[in-house]
Amino acid sequence: MKILEIRGVSKSYGKVQALREVDLVIRGGEMVSIVGPSGSGKSTLLQIAGTLDRPTAGTVRVAGHDVSRLSDSELSALRARYIGFVFQQFHLAPGSSALDNVADGLLYSGLSRRQRREKAAAALERVGLGHRLGHRPHQLSGGQMQRVAVARAVAGEPPLLLADEPTGNLDSEAGAEVMSLFRRLNAAGITVVIITHDSEVAMACPRRIRVRDGLVRSEVT
Amino acid sequence: MTALRPARLRPTDLARLGTSGLRARPMRAILAALGISIGIATMVTVVGVSASSQEQLLRQLDALGTNLLRVQPGDSLFGDQVKLPKTAADMVRRIDGVTNASQTGETGVTVRRNDLIPSGVSLGITVQATSLDLLDTVDGKIRSGTWLNAATERQPVVVLGAVAAERLGLTAPDIQVWIGNRWFTVIGILDRMPLAEEIERSALIGFPAAKDYLNHDGHPTTVYERSADEAVESVRAMLARTVSPEKPNEAKVSRPSDALKAKAAAAGAFTGLMLGLGAVALFVGAVGVANTMVVAVLERRREIGLRRSFGATRGQVRSQFLVEAVLLSAFGGGAGVLLGALATFVYARINSLPAVVPMWALGGALGTTILIGALAGLYPALRAARVPPTVALTAQ
Repeated sequence: MKILEIRGVSKSYGKVQALREVDLVIRGGEMVSIVGPSGSGKSTLLQIAGTLDRPTAGTVRVAGHDVSRLSDSELSALRARYIGFVFQQFHLAPGSSALDNVADGLLYSGLSRRQRREKAAAALERVGLGHRLGHRPHQLSGGQMQRVAVARAVAGEPPLLLADEPTGNLDSEAGAEVMSLFRRLNAAGITVVIITHDSEVAMACPRRIRVRDGLVRSEVT
Repeated sequence: MTALRPARLRPTDLARLGTSGLRARPMRAILAALGISIGIATMVTVVGVSASSQEQLLRQLDALGTNLLRVQPGDSLFGDQVKLPKTAADMVRRIDGVTNASQTGETGVTVRRNDLIPSGVSLGITVQATSLDLLDTVDGKIRSGTWLNAATERQPVVVLGAVAAERLGLTAPDIQVWIGNRWFTVIGILDRMPLAEEIERSALIGFPAAKDYLNHDGHPTTVYERSADEAVESVRAMLARTVSPEKPNEAKVSRPSDALKAKAAAAGAFTGLMLGLGAVALFVGAVGVANTMVVAVLERRREIGLRRSFGATRGQVRSQFLVEAVLLSAFGGGAGVLLGALATFVYARINSLPAVVPMWALGGALGTTILIGALAGLYPALRAARVPPTVALTAQ
C-alpha cells in the first residue's frame, strides 16, 4: 500500500523554486532517508509530505487521501490519525512531565484524558523511558528528550512517522540510540521517513533519496 | 477509505488547555487580570455600599412603622395661614381605626441660653406647645429627665428635643433657659425621632403654660395620628375633613415615613461617577487582557504549530486562546468580586450598617468579565488560528 504518494509536486515562494516537479512514492513499512544540503528543498518536501503546507502544483496523497481536496479540519484530522512528527528541537513543554508531554500529543485524537495517559505511558515504555514518566524535560538528557518526542509522535499509532533532522541536536551516541529506536519502530510496522544532512544517519536507512536544488537526484535502494 | 472528521475537544480538556498558558506564567496572568479586578471591585463596592445604606434605612423604616400621619394647616385661597380647631386631636381620635392622636402648636417665640442673647437668634429651634400624649403617638422616648405631666404642663418648664438640646449645648436637664421673656426650667431631653424630625428641633411646653406665659391662642399647628396599618388609607381620606370640615382643602396631610422611603430610594441609586470610574478601569483591564493575549500568541507560535501538527484544527486553536482570555478575565473578575465584597463589608462594619451585596451584582460582574474576556480575546484568537502549521518545523 502506498502510504505517501507525491506526483509532479512543485513549490515556490515568490520567485524561489523550492521544489520542481518531484515524484516520490513511499510504501507502508519502508524506512527512508531524505538527504541533502541545506537549501536543497528537503525541508519543504517534508512540510508538504506532512500536509503542513500545500504544494503550488502537483498532487499529494497520504494514505490514499488527496490532500488538495481536503479542508483545514479534514487535513487536521488526517494529521492526527496518520502522521507523527519528530522535530530537531524536540519541542517539549518545559513545565510538564514526560508523561504529560506525550499525552498532549494525543489531545486532538478524541480519547479521554485517562486513555491518553495510558497510551502515553505505554509509548514511553516502548521507547525505553518507562521509568522516567514523571521527569521534566530539564531533568532528561538530549537523547532522552528526543525519545520522549518520538514516544509522543508514535503514541497514537500513526502509520507514518516523519522526522526532521532528529539527530541534529544530539551527540553521536545519543544519535545512534535514537536511530536504533527508529529501526525498532520500523520493524514493528511503522513507515519512517527521516530528513537529514548527516550521511551516517542516511546510511542507516535501507532506502535513501538524495535531494538537490529542489529535485530528486538519485535514489539508492 | 474512511471519512476524515476531526475529534471534538472535550470541555474539560479545553478548560485545561486554556489554563496552561496562565499556569506557565502566573505573574503575567495576575498583572493582566489586575485591571479587570480593580474595575469589578469598584463596581461591586459602589453597588454594595448603596445597597447596605438602603438596607439600613429600610430596616429603620420597618422598626418605625409607616402608620403615622401628620396634619398641618395649609394656605387658604387668599394666602393666609389657616387655623386648626383647638380640639383637632380629639376630633381625629374619634375616626375609626385611629389609636392615638396628639397635637402641637407653634408659639412663635424663641428659646435662648440666657436673656442677653438677642431674641432673633432662634438656632432653628421652635418653641411648641404640646399635648401630653405626644410621645405615645410619635413613639418618642425620654433620654434623660422626665416628660411633662398634668401638673408640670401648667408651669414654666420645658422638654427639649435631641437636636434642640444639642444646639443649646445642653446634655442634662435641670438648667434654666430663656423662652419669650422669662426663665423656663429644662426638665427632660428627648431621644432622636427619625419620623418626627421637627420634634427633635423643638422645645416643648404644655398648652396651659403656653397660654399663661406666652399668650398662645391654643390652636394646634400640627396633629399627629397613628392608626392600625390596614386603616392608614381610610383614615387618611377622613383626616382633612375631620379637622377642617368646611374647607378640607386647607389642611395638608402627610406621611413622615414617605420621606424616609424616598431617602432609601435615593441611597439605593448608585453614584454615576463611581460607576463611570469602574467602567473606565474595566475598559483598561480589557485592553490589558487583549494586549497580553496578543503577546502570548506571538510568543507561542511554535506551540501553535506543534499543536497543528498533532492535528489541532484552526477552530481548536482559536478556542484555546479564546478560553484562555475568558478565564484570565473571569479570574480577574472573581478576584474583583471578592475585593468588592470585602470593601463593602469593611465599609458597612465601620459605619455600623448591615453589609449587603446583591446577588444580581455578583452575577452581573461575572457575566460582564466573561463577555469582556471574549471580546478582548477575539482578535488574538483569530491571529492564533492563522499561524501556519509550518512554524513547527522552522528552526529558531
